[in-house]
Amino acid sequence: MADVAIHPPAEAGAFEPPFLGAYSKKVGMWLFLLSDTLTFGALLFAYSYGRLSTPNWPTPFGAHSITNASVMTACLLSSSLTMVLAVLAARRGDSKWQFNWILGTMVFGTAFVVLHGMEWHGLIHEGLRLPIFPESKAATDAAGELAKASLAAPQFPATFFGLTGMHMLHVTIGVIYLGVVALRKKFIPILLVLWLGGWLMLPADSPFKYGIHVLLLCAVVAAIVVWLRPKVYDAHDVEVSGLYWHFVDLVWMFIFPLVYLMSTKI
Amino acid sequence: MAEAAAHHDEGKGQYFWVWGALLVITAVEIVLAYKQVFDPVHMLGVLMALSVIKAALIIAYFMHLKYEIARMKIVLMTSVVVCLCLMCVFIPDALRVLQLGVK
Repeated sequence: MADVAIHPPAEAGAFEPPFLGAYSKKVGMWLFLLSDTLTFGALLFAYSYGRLSTPNWPTPFGAHSITNASVMTACLLSSSLTMVLAVLAARRGDSKWQFNWILGTMVFGTAFVVLHGMEWHGLIHEGLRLPIFPESKAATDAAGELAKASLAAPQFPATFFGLTGMHMLHVTIGVIYLGVVALRKKFIPILLVLWLGGWLMLPADSPFKYGIHVLLLCAVVAAIVVWLRPKVYDAHDVEVSGLYWHFVDLVWMFIFPLVYLMSTKI
Repeated sequence: MAEAAAHHDEGKGQYFWVWGALLVITAVEIVLAYKQVFDPVHMLGVLMALSVIKAALIIAYFMHLKYEIARMKIVLMTSVVVCLCLMCVFIPDALRVLQLGVK
């Protein structure tokens, strides 16, 4: 069998070009994003199914919620711009602006998560909740429209929290991914401080008291990745992380009209 | 090797244009929803059409698929569109549940 061993040719560029014309990391990320598209597609279709098949679907989003969601959308769109500028800076070899633009993207992403968390907090205190959430006196005592809607159409809180929670998780992981690309191992203690601070400060009746452990899990995964493969991330790595970030933005372009704009309370 | 992505125009201007277009389309969506211009079924169609335009702009420019080779574009877009269209098979069932008056 030694006769059939493949030896690399001496001349440069003699290898067969890749089937999809791109380096393997980029193709791998595209394939992951395809699979994630189906995850979000299924959640969006589940929401649409519930909406179509349920009479008296709640329309809880008034002017304040729509304004909040519009600012969140602007944050994500702006973060995509800063991300693409980071990719351009990485291709130029401009590490200073690559870092600055990635940091800008992380700031916009964090603003999105914080605004979304505040919106969830408001909705939960108005009575919109799931049975799996921790007991909250304010939510239990709430007798408004949302408390009634949670009982009359339980599909609404289930699909709303499922869909937006999955997206919020993706944005959080995206911010952490970019933090590791920009700061490498220096980002891990920052992440641990954020986890500990969040866990100690959040009230016991907040669903985020449990959600904050995502930061700990991500810190462990990031530490293993950085320990196994310590390297300075190059322009290709920045581009691949940018693909993930733009995908998160892309998904919100469907969640925003379908969940918020189609349920406006005029 | 077809390093298409490496040779395209890297000017920043086009990205600012795309960002501006995305913000304008978002503003149009908000106005349409707030003014209740269409009935809910038509509103859903219009909003989804605008979202598909926004998605296409993000995929083409921000994700640089426009600058990849044709084979990459065809493999990625065909597979995702077919899979998402297959999910539409559930929509008539949801309408049927409503027509049957199931509470």
